[in-house]
Parts: sequence; structure tokens; C-alpha cells
Amino acid sequence: MSDFISRGFKRRRRAPDDVSDRLPPGQYYEAGFPVLTAGPTPHIAPEEWGMRVDGMVGSEQEWTWAEFHELPFEDVPCDIHCVTKWSKLGTTFRGVSVDVLLDGADPQGQYAMAYSYGGYTTNVPLADLTGGKAWVVTEHDGDPLPREHGGPARLLVPHLYFWKSAKWVAGLRVMDHEEPGFWEENGYHIRGDPWKEERYWND
Amino acid sequence: MERLTPVEQKAPGGWQIGTVKRVKEETPRVKSFRIELPMWMEHLPGQHYDVRLTAPDGYRAQRSYSIASSPLDEGGVELTIDCLDDGEVSPYFHDVVMEGDQVELRGPFASYFVWRGESPALLIGGGSGVVPLMAMLRHRRRTMPELAMKLVYSVRTGEDVIFADELGEETQLTFTREPPTGWSGHTGRIDGGLIESAGLRDCMVFVCGTNGFVESAVELVLAQGFDPMQVRTERFGPSG
Repeated sequence: MSDFISRGFKRRRRAPDDVSDRLPPGQYYEAGFPVLTAGPTPHIAPEEWGMRVDGMVGSEQEWTWAEFHELPFEDVPCDIHCVTKWSKLGTTFRGVSVDVLLDGADPQGQYAMAYSYGGYTTNVPLADLTGGKAWVVTEHDGDPLPREHGGPARLLVPHLYFWKSAKWVAGLRVMDHEEPGFWEENGYHIRGDPWKEERYWND
Repeated sequence: MERLTPVEQKAPGGWQIGTVKRVKEETPRVKSFRIELPMWMEHLPGQHYDVRLTAPDGYRAQRSYSIASSPLDEGGVELTIDCLDDGEVSPYFHDVVMEGDQVELRGPFASYFVWRGESPALLIGGGSGVVPLMAMLRHRRRTMPELAMKLVYSVRTGEDVIFADELGEETQLTFTREPPTGWSGHTGRIDGGLIESAGLRDCMVFVCGTNGFVESAVELVLAQGFDPMQVRTERFGPSG
């Protein structure tokens, strides 16, 4: 660790005491919910939305909005960490576990590419999507997920930096190898663990 | 670097200690800092650096700031920083940092909101959202001035214009609150007519500002018939 000290710098912001140990290195506490998107915000009506599991699977899966809502929903209280340095603590989404979506698909690879309406992609190993660690969510804090935050549905992988939680998610493509998605090709880390501060390529 | 920005991406460097060589007050809220770097590398216009501050007790704060300078200005970067009242890093830069100070930073990062010189570009900026667009404008002036590039730039008042002494004929300003005395140009928020009057269609579109600014500007751009794939956006999270 470098011993550099910034002349005259003092802490000015403080997370509430009871949550400060939930801030990963280099992150700061943010009460709001900022929006970061690389292009125009897509307009996807719920009746147009569908979710797929495809690629290297024994059985492709597909749900319409109505079919998706017949799956078991659960509340997901979590902390989220954006690579641009803000963290939002103690927020709640509601959706369907990826374990449920993969049940019956018979995945034959260890990796997945999440893909979205509008063309966004992000790669996530299946190990980070299964075992109660990832969801496809349609609600945030009791309300339908706003369009600017990925509504009608987004992936939620709260233990990784939030660019992995693909907005406007349309599917998961199971793959037998890892390939970088959109931000992973454009300079960001292939996995993105906030507790290891895996922000950029060489971290 | 003679003309085209190189397309190949370079792995960004680690943390390094730069030296502030020049501080320029752009507006009452915005200052530009020219920082010389011992391990400088060329950036693409639109990229950012991360800055890290460390207090004597070990407390650290990090933020990202867009580069305002052209990569032709070798050996360092210019970061143009908007002072946010409830911020932690930007007030430090405004109130404490002087010429000769050292700051810790690393970069350049992110290679999507970048202009590589491959096509004409329409730039739309709100407030300090003009900073990464200025890197594109400055680089184009020095490398391919014949290539069409227009900047549509929305600010609140006459004293909020960043880089005022460098804006030329390619720039269309609009003042949303209080235009300077004698202003006869556009006032109010950016509208479709202002975007249409830039006269560019077959080009890339870069939009940078607050999320609200970007959302409304992009809607106007798409209503003019641009394809969503032509449009790249950068939105401020809360920062500071």
C-alpha cells in the first residue's frame, strides 16, 4: 500500500455507523439510486418482454411476462455497488431466482452471457448466478422496476459490481467458455468482485 | 497520433502520483487542473481517470473525472472538475489543491464513450457534461479540422460556460436560466430545432450530462431520426 497522503485532505462524508462495514474498498455511501446507461433507454412494454435461457442447454426455456409471473417470486434485500464508486445499502428487489430459471434447462457449460433489449451484454460465470446469488427482478422497494433502472425486468447479481446486473434483461445464454460482455470488452474487469476491488482489466 | 486516434486499447496503468502544474478557474464552480504524470499514456478522447485521496488517518475517497485535454498534450492530462456542495473529492480540488501539489490517480479508463476519429460527431453536453466532449473537440481541431463536429451545449447562465474562450463556430450554446446581456441566440432547454440546425445526420452522437438532461436530449435525437446505435451516453451518478 502506498504511503501517499493527500495534503490537507479530511473525510467529509460518512456512512451511517451501522452500515459502514458493508462498504467495499473505494466505495462511498449513497442514499439515492443513480442511473448509469451507455446508450438510449429502451422502451419495453411488459407484454413485449420475454425471458429466455438458451445456448448450451439441454432444453431451451422461454417465458412471457405472464408466464414469468407464475414462477415463485421472492424478496431480495441486498446492498448494491456501482463501479463508479457509489454503493446503495439495504435496498430490496423482488423477482425470481436464477436457480428457478435454470431448473429444467440442463446447462452444459460453466459460463453465461446475459443479454438485454437494446444490445447490452455482460458475462457471468454460472457459479455466480446459482446457489441463491442471482435473480431476475421486476420490482424495487415495492414498486414496479422503473424503466431507467431496467424495467420491466433486470438481472440482479448483488455480490458483483452492478454493471453485471443487466438492465432490460432478455435472456441468459449458457456457454462452455468465458467471453467478455459489453463493459468487460470496454475496459472493465472480467468478474467484478467489489470486495476485491476488481474494477478494471488489470485489477 | 498524427491523424487518427489509435484504435487498439491499452491496458490502463496503476496508481501514480501526478503533479499539478496549472489550475485554471473556468467558472465560479468549475476548475481545470493540468496534472503531469510520471507514467503518462495516450488516452482516447472521452476516457476518464480515477482520483484517490488519502487522509492522514488512512481514510480514502475515490472518484472518476473525465479528461478534458487532447492526447496530443503529452505527459499529463487536464481534469475539469465541477465542485459539488455535498461532495468530498471535488471540494478538496477546489478549496485545497494548488499548483505544485501532488495527487494520486490512475487511468485512462473505459473505451465506449470515446471518439476515435472514425466519423463526424454531434456532441450534446449539459453543464459539466461538456468536459469529455471538449477532449473530442480539442483533439479533432488538432488532427482533422475538416471533419464535421458540432457541439450543442446547454448551460444555466452566462457565467456557467466552461471553456468559454475556446468555443468556436462549431458550438451552439443555449442558456436555460439567464443568458448574458445582449445574447441573441438560443435560450431555454435544448429542443429538436437546435439539434436539427447542427446539420449532422450520418455521424456518431455523444450525449453527456445529468441523467435527466441525457434522457431528454436522447429522446430529441431519436425523434430527429437518429438510430439508437448511433447514440452513446454518459450520465453523472451523484459524484463529488
